[in-house]
Amino acid sequence: MRARTPAPPPSRRRAAARRQAVLFIAPAFLAYACFVLVPLCMSLFYSTLNWDGIGEWSFAGLSNYVTVLTDDDLLQIIGNAFELVLWFTVVPVCVGLAVASAIRGQMAGRFGTATRTILFLPQVIPLVAAGIAWSWMYDWNGVVNQALVLVGLEDQVRGWLGNFTFALPAVGLIGAWVLLGLCTILLVTGIAKIDGSLYEAAKLDGARPRHEFRFITLPGLRQEIGVCVTVTIIQALSSFDIVYVATSGGPGIETTVPGLEIYRLAFAHRQVGLASALAIVLMILVLVCVLPIQWAVRERK
Amino acid sequence: MTTIRTFTTRSLAVSAAALIAGAAAAQDAPGCGTEPVELNAYFETGFPLPSRLAEAFTAQFPDVTFDIREDQFANLMENSPRLLSQPGAPDLIRLPSISDLVANDLLLNLDPYYDAYGWDAFPEGNLVQIRVADGGRPRGVGSLYAMGLNYSLTGVFYNAALAEQIGMTEAPQTLEELDALLAAAKEAGVQPIVQWNKDTGGLAFPLQNLMGSYGDPEPINAWIFQQEGATIDTPENLQAAEHLQGWVEAGYFTRDANALDYFTMMSRFTNGQGLFMFNGDWESANLEEQMGDDVGFFLMPPLEEGGRQATMSSPLTFGIGANAAHPDCAAAFLNWVATDPEARQLNVEIGGSNPGGPADMALPEVNQDSLIAETLEAGQVIAADDGAMDFIANATGAIFAAGWTPELQKLVGGVQDAEGLLDAVQDEYETQLSR
Repeated sequence: MRARTPAPPPSRRRAAARRQAVLFIAPAFLAYACFVLVPLCMSLFYSTLNWDGIGEWSFAGLSNYVTVLTDDDLLQIIGNAFELVLWFTVVPVCVGLAVASAIRGQMAGRFGTATRTILFLPQVIPLVAAGIAWSWMYDWNGVVNQALVLVGLEDQVRGWLGNFTFALPAVGLIGAWVLLGLCTILLVTGIAKIDGSLYEAAKLDGARPRHEFRFITLPGLRQEIGVCVTVTIIQALSSFDIVYVATSGGPGIETTVPGLEIYRLAFAHRQVGLASALAIVLMILVLVCVLPIQWAVRERK
Repeated sequence: MTTIRTFTTRSLAVSAAALIAGAAAAQDAPGCGTEPVELNAYFETGFPLPSRLAEAFTAQFPDVTFDIREDQFANLMENSPRLLSQPGAPDLIRLPSISDLVANDLLLNLDPYYDAYGWDAFPEGNLVQIRVADGGRPRGVGSLYAMGLNYSLTGVFYNAALAEQIGMTEAPQTLEELDALLAAAKEAGVQPIVQWNKDTGGLAFPLQNLMGSYGDPEPINAWIFQQEGATIDTPENLQAAEHLQGWVEAGYFTRDANALDYFTMMSRFTNGQGLFMFNGDWESANLEEQMGDDVGFFLMPPLEEGGRQATMSSPLTFGIGANAAHPDCAAAFLNWVATDPEARQLNVEIGGSNPGGPADMALPEVNQDSLIAETLEAGQVIAADDGAMDFIANATGAIFAAGWTPELQKLVGGVQDAEGLLDAVQDEYETQLSR
């Protein structure tokens, strides 16, 4: 066989294939290395320095990490990010699931298209624009306070984004509103793929809607939920734009999140080392939160 | 001809070297050579004065043009070290703070120009804030590293119609009288003070004014200039902070102060939604245009009638990059701004602040009934009392963002008291200086 078809021996063929593969991967890898790996390594290096970004630097060992993990303010800032997870992740996923279940039967018609479009709209608005628009609504003369006056709740009127109790939930709500679109569209699309006969069979067996939801919808949407949760957790932990536009981290440090603090530390305080250390810690936190979710929802064979 | 005349009126104070440069070519600005020059300039967005002055300079000296880039104050703060450390550094740059830049050798030492142009004729009180010792600290002594385009002043703007409504017939002469006016406004359902405290802590203005009433400006300047052993946590300042806390608790600020940003504050004040606003004379021209006769200005009153008055008054600071391509021409521009009659007139009309320059040079004529006349007059009072203070937010590069702003927001939110405020800011100050 080998004699009649003069193909190169397997080892050479494999080498050629490998060369080809390397050639195909190289451009993407180079770009990835330039824009991701090298900056990552530089951040790691910077995080061990005492440096103002311009002048002389000196090694600080792990002291920047010790500061990140012991400084009360920085710990509160990291805590704020986790509080945002409630708003950015839990709210949109739950509401998205509810909407998807509710319109499951009417997916095909004009009603389904309209619903999906309306719910997806916030997603196409830039975060900064959403932040500004919501700031106006939260303003003293904004619609939120107007609505409260209208229903007779004058004593609840306040400057929402400047209030120590309500600023963080107010910011969280903006994120929930933006991310609801993404979650809904993913979940609605996912639910459409679940075989309708499953629901029919369940009905015949006497299942109530909550049983259908628990035993058919939820398992069927495992992967979509996984994607939603992953994306929104990353958005929450690494949020910057909404907070920057809406509150600049105030009042006090009630709404300051790690993304904002990294930027401030690096460019206002000129503590590039500490900023990099916080960035690395943030990256690890994101991985710690996201990897188990990825593991939990992956397809088991 | 104008070139020479302008320049030679100051010839007694100007060194021979600079004179020759000016006399050599009538069409060229002194120090800018005979070839066309483009100055690389980096200004602050929202403040038209520097660009208007640059236009006027080009009109007088067509060989000198400006390549102007503008940025928000916060971005200036973040970008200036990077821009100044690169090749092609700005010739002229608006400087939010200078200590860090001097420490990194990014700014040109202006002492040679000080000698050549005779800037010793300028009031030293105007220049002391832009003197920096070698290595970046302390400030207030050492070489000159920047020049003021003008010298702004802060105080209290009032709405004349609302003032009449509550029976205010003249500016309060003591702090007690001011307190009485605030109480009267509250009583009458008039918003006593509209002051921003979102994004940055605008309550720092009334706080520092109160500090100036309770104590002398010198210890406050010493703290801002990072002089050895200086503290903000003094008994006088504590009294001032407690007084401010009293105002907060009396409801003199808007209920949404922490959600009120600077621009919203301005629009509310010009729309008559507040009796007083603590702000600077950089808004004089703007306020006069919007409110006409309905706006007035007074300096923060002292504790006792006739007592010493002090307030924040700082140069609109411009520096020259150590790596700049045309430092001499940039210095010539700065000198021109302070001494040229046309520049001084523009400066007062657009900037609304004292144009500085030689102490014996008369101030430009302004309409005596105007708001600008009031603020300029207030400047003379402060000069006579030697009461100029730099802004407490300028003590270090990050003390505003990391100290004053969050702590003042907490004070408004009722989660911080006067003593805790000063303690926290002093702690932050010491942490930053220890780096």
